[in-house]
Amino acid sequence: MTTALSIQNLRKTYDNAFEALKGVNLTIEQGDFFALLGPNGAGKSTIIGIICSLVNKTSGTVKVYNKDIDREITEAKSYIGLVPQEFNFNVFEPVEEIVINQAGYYGIERKEAIHRTEKLLKQLSLWDKRREMARNLSGGMKRRLMIARSLVHEPRLLILDEPTAGVDIEIRHSMWEFLRKINAAGTTIILTTHYLEEAENLCNNIAIIDKGEIVENTSIKKLLGKLNVETFIFDLAEPLYELPQIEGYEITCIDNTQLEVKIRKEQTINALFSQLSNHKIQVLSMRNKINRLEELFMDLLNQDTNEQNKYES
Amino acid sequence: MSKTNMSPKLQFIAFKTIVIKEFLRFIRIWVQTILPPAITTTLYFIIFGNLIGSQIGNMDGFSYMEYIVPGLILMSIITNSYANVVSSFYGSKFQHNIEEMLISPMPNYIILLGYVTGGVARGIIVGAVVTMVSLFFTDLSIQHYFITCIVVLLTAVLFSLAGFINGVYAKSFDDISIVPTFILTPLTYLGGIFYTIKMLPDFWQNVSLVNPILYMVNTFRYGIIGVSDISIIPAFIIIVLFIIILFWWSMQLLNKGIGIRT
Repeated sequence: MTTALSIQNLRKTYDNAFEALKGVNLTIEQGDFFALLGPNGAGKSTIIGIICSLVNKTSGTVKVYNKDIDREITEAKSYIGLVPQEFNFNVFEPVEEIVINQAGYYGIERKEAIHRTEKLLKQLSLWDKRREMARNLSGGMKRRLMIARSLVHEPRLLILDEPTAGVDIEIRHSMWEFLRKINAAGTTIILTTHYLEEAENLCNNIAIIDKGEIVENTSIKKLLGKLNVETFIFDLAEPLYELPQIEGYEITCIDNTQLEVKIRKEQTINALFSQLSNHKIQVLSMRNKINRLEELFMDLLNQDTNEQNKYES
Repeated sequence: MSKTNMSPKLQFIAFKTIVIKEFLRFIRIWVQTILPPAITTTLYFIIFGNLIGSQIGNMDGFSYMEYIVPGLILMSIITNSYANVVSSFYGSKFQHNIEEMLISPMPNYIILLGYVTGGVARGIIVGAVVTMVSLFFTDLSIQHYFITCIVVLLTAVLFSLAGFINGVYAKSFDDISIVPTFILTPLTYLGGIFYTIKMLPDFWQNVSLVNPILYMVNTFRYGIIGVSDISIIPAFIIIVLFIIILFWWSMQLLNKGIGIRT
């Protein structure tokens, strides 16, 4: 299998002595839809900045499709498309010019650039806005413009740094569909996001970074398999006046029509329902209290903090 | 930064893209970029050339109006080529759209050449507009076409490079106006646009020779009306030397990522 991105012992210390990356190792295979998660300031954007030559690394190696960014930067850069976290286009330029110019920077002839721009703007529902100044676009449109711009040179590796931040649910879902399509067509995608539901929905593999170190790197499936306890909310058919005592389950009352139930990995929901029926409690609907990945994510980060506290004390 | 493997053809397309982008940028805002210098120099021609100039009499054998026209044309080229690059490059840094270029495979010298060509284009267009305005006030018969054209080109390149360096170091909009206000304008006004340095005492004549703009103004004046306070060949050597130094400096800044990479 071809490796899309290989990062070895990557370190970054900023001028103010802040150590943003402490020896990161990461391998992402061709065709993967990869989630890079971590709290704010964990080092995600620094990694992305180094891959895209916007941040100078302190040490380590980065290879994009086997091209070293120190020795074969031209090839490495031509493989990458970037959708950054912040809007970074000239807001005083028309939408289509932004995309056409980006193609030009990669050496794509203007005629071909215009053709590709038309195709992408249509796919991302921005064609009607092509002559608008970018500053007049809504937040969601601006995000889509950055996606169009990042794809105009047909990159093999697309990096999306929180692409759906501040985007409404409908647009977010249509963006997911679009990203799934280009991933299915062969583009490797790296995604950072604060919406863990997004990572769970889209990605196959995941790395969690905290304080400049990778604390977990596995498949989403395996990671979710590590989830020992899931928390559910049950909506009840009738108000409850006494909390049922069901052995083995941790149940709390949110209000008299909602229960919060923690279910361990080895317990079944069927057994719980049967016990609830015995107490003549009828459940109308149930849902996860928080996204499953979010639950794990919090666990991992808490573990990391606890270990650090232990070490420091 | 390693050597680029982008083919010359692709590099040329990237270069052309920056030039077109820069050209469209200053044309789109022509009321801010082309019109003001035309109005300002018209006022110079009316006040200094016509009203005050008629009282001054001849200078170096030419009417005062004929004498100041080359300097005023060159002044507009200097200020506009500088202003174009400094404002465009700093604007790209401010809005972070410089990243569009930095993540692309185009080499740094193409980025620099693209911005410099944009500055040269604006300098020449504004210079042409001011020249046309000057024709309402005086007859221009160019004495040395080659020298005139080459000094326009070199001056525009030099000040585009200077504007680029200012843009790289600038951290706020104040920083892009400090150099033009406190360095460029005084040097331009003291660069022999309105007077011949022969009018000055010896000491101030020698001080004036440190001012690089004096060489450009006089070389350009020599190209147009055939008179100069200084020799043409040393003037060209000085201009070219400045261009080489500023180009090298700009490339160092780009390669090290000063002000644009963390």
